[in-house]
This record gives sequence, C-alpha cells and structure tokens, in this order.
Amino acid sequence: MNWLSNNLDLVLELSIQHLRLAAIPIVLGFIISIPLGFIAYRYKLTRGILLTVAGLLYTIPSLALLMVLPPLIGLSAFSDANLVIVLTIYAVAIMARSVADAFASVDPGVRQAATAMGYSSWRRFWAVEFPLAGPVMLAGLRVVAVSTIALVTVGILVGVQSLGYLFTNGFQRRIVEEILTGVVMTMVIALAIDLVLALIGRAVMPWARSKRPDRRRAAVSGAAAT
Amino acid sequence: MNFILDAFDWLFAPEQWAGSGAISVRIGEHLYYSVLAFLVACAIAIPLGYLIGHTGKGREVAVAIAGAARALPSFGLILLLVILIGVLQISLSVTTALVLLAVPSILAGAYSGLEAIDRRTIDAARAVGMTEWQILTRVEVPLGLPLLISGMRSGMLQIIATATLASYVGLGGLGYDILQGIQLRRFDQALGGALVVVALALVIDALLAALEHRGVPRGVRNALTGRAAGPTRRQRRANAASRTAQSVGVSGQ
Repeated sequence: MNWLSNNLDLVLELSIQHLRLAAIPIVLGFIISIPLGFIAYRYKLTRGILLTVAGLLYTIPSLALLMVLPPLIGLSAFSDANLVIVLTIYAVAIMARSVADAFASVDPGVRQAATAMGYSSWRRFWAVEFPLAGPVMLAGLRVVAVSTIALVTVGILVGVQSLGYLFTNGFQRRIVEEILTGVVMTMVIALAIDLVLALIGRAVMPWARSKRPDRRRAAVSGAAAT
Repeated sequence: MNFILDAFDWLFAPEQWAGSGAISVRIGEHLYYSVLAFLVACAIAIPLGYLIGHTGKGREVAVAIAGAARALPSFGLILLLVILIGVLQISLSVTTALVLLAVPSILAGAYSGLEAIDRRTIDAARAVGMTEWQILTRVEVPLGLPLLISGMRSGMLQIIATATLASYVGLGGLGYDILQGIQLRRFDQALGGALVVVALALVIDALLAALEHRGVPRGVRNALTGRAAGPTRRQRRANAASRTAQSVGVSGQ
C-alpha cells in the first residue's frame, strides 16, 4: 500500500476532477433526453428515427468519437469540452430510449382517468405521466451514470485528466497498485453515485418501492387478471 | 471540414494500403481479437445465462455482476491485466479483458430472453409432456433469441470499442493509427483511423442486426413488430418492460 499512501492527495484530486467531468454529461443527458424520449414515445415516426440514430451513435467506439467530433464542431480534440460533449452524446443515446420506454410503461388506464378528470395535457404530463414514468427513467439514469463515470477514463488518451491518468501513468511506470487504485476508485465512485440515485429515487418516488421488478410474479398475476 | 478532407486523403493514400502497417492488416488484427474474444465470451455466457434463465436460480448474482461490470473502466482493466499477466503475453491479456467485458451483456441477454417468455407458454410445454431439455431447446431458446442476440450485439460493440483502446499496449488494431496520430499531432491519421473504426463498428453491428432479424422465429418477430396482429396494450407494455430489462444489461464502452 506504499504507492497509495504516498499519493493520497493525487488520488483525491483526480477523483474530484473525475466526478466533475462525469456530472455534467449525466445531468445534461438526462435533461436533453426527456423531451426527445417523450417525442419518441408519442409519435411513431420520430420513434423509429430517434431510436435508430441513438443506436448508431451508441455503436461508435468512444476513442473514435473523440477524434471525429472536434473537426465537426470546431473544438480542440484535447479540450475538456470535447470529452463532455462525447459523453453527453452517449448519455442521450442510452437515456432517450429509456425515457421512451418509461412513458410507454405508464398504465393507459391511469392516463385516461387523468384526462377524464379534466387534466389538461400539459398538467397531465407533469402530474401523472412524468412521475409514473419515474421508476423506469431512474433505471435508465443509473445505467447512464455508471457507464459515464467508467467512460471518463478514456479521456486520458486525449489528455483530459481524470482517474484515467493513474492507468497510463501506472502502466508506463509498471506500478500495478497505481492502475488498481484507478480502477477501484472509478468503480467506487460509480457505485456510490448509483446508490445516491437509488436513494433519491426511493425518497421522491415512494410508490415505486412496493413494486419490485419480479417479472415472474407479474406474469402470473397478469394471467390471473386476464 | 478541412480536417475531414485531410483524413480522407490520408485514408486513400496508397501507402496506407501496403506493407505491415496497412489499414487492411489493422482491420484484420482488430477483427481477429474481437471475434476470438466474442466466441469465447459466447461460449461462457450463453450456457450460463440459459442455466440461470431456465432454473431462475442465481439471478441476483448475475444482476450484481452485470451492474459491477458496467462500472468497470475497460481501459484500466486492459492495462491492469497486461501488467498482471505479463507484458510478454499481451494478446492473452487483452483477449481475457475483452472476454470479461463482453460476458455480462451476453449473459444478461441469455437469461432475460428466457425470463421474458410468458410463463403460460412454458407451463403449456410442460403440460404436453416435454422434458426440461425439450422445453429449453424447443421453446425457451427460440423464444429468447431476440433478447439474446441483442445482448450479443452490445457485447460485440463493447469488444470492438475496447479493442481500439488495446492498441495502447501495442497490440496493433485500428486504434494504432488514432493513438499514433494523437501522439504525433497528425490529425489526418488519427481521424482517418477513427473513421475506419466507426465504419467497422457500424458494419459489424448491422450484420448482427440482420442476424437478429433472420434468426428470430416468424411468430416471435410478428409479435414484436405487431405485423400480423397488433399487440395488445398489455403486450406493448410487457415489451417495453423487457426492453428496459435489456437496456439495463447493456454496458458502456
């Protein structure tokens, strides 16, 4: 544990930098995905187009996208902004689909009941559909958060400092402990953020707590209902 | 846009297509490691996933592994394994890393494919006297194919993306031109290499998508696309739920 105890400051500094780089794409990706996902859910034509584009973007390897994007938008490949935009693109590519699925998971009966009670479509969206789509959206957001945090490390190849620095530096100096620290810290941050999101979800969506995703039982009760 | 023209100039220059560093050689290296790792990952993950999906046991463990794997930084894993296994055994270390990264998505595809099947269908198969093996091979496997193949697609994407990073440890492959271009500040080379990687990833994904479409039994395909008879609301919601389950199994690159 020699390397780690001598470099605690470095690890802490890189962790904070890492978190900062990851936070922006996660939040931006979520905000951008809500209207996109809703449009995809609402209109069949846009659904096909949007999901196809999202699928194609997701297919592009991260290192390649880090190279292809800068000349298209006139940025330096070595800037933080480049990495943040690339990560936002991946976040939207995953999240838009899960937002669309989330709105599709809202019981149409509930939606009709809200309309019948005289909710305008705007109010129905915010008071009924959005909260009920919450649990599935949260599942998507957690996937986005964890994979974004892991992906930040690739930025070191274009010179953006994060915990990825420990990978390349440790590799060049042949220090296993340094690389291991980088891997473990990245996973710790990812799982911690995942836990925080799950706890926030429990706090703001108490109705989702009793509905455990036990599909077998759901299938059986579905059969009984039919 | 000049950069992009430069990249195409670099890409189509004759010297990029001859000798040991030719793009065709790099594509070959990239594909060799990717396909090898993909086959090994399938051989491990599919039987295991079917076991979990058929018996319903060990699901929590599989979900936990998939969750942890998503948090694993692939670049760090490669460098770690190269140093641990030995710098002289780079191809073994990298292949191991690629396999480890692809297993969770394929595993998730295999078991969630089996889980998404209507319980009544399996009960019916059991009721007409099928053995457990027959239920697995004749009912569960064909019906679970769509989710399995989409799990395989995301596993393969993960492999191709990570194999690009593997050039850092000197394995060759298409990442080589990107990384060398970055180091020498030769953006035509970096961008040219990147464009080839993008094309390769899209082509491989399209091939697997075609397989997904062809390999799926016609009845299942109709139920998914709603071509024969429109799916009921309940089915649509079930489909949405299974897609979510599957996207949760997808890991980042």
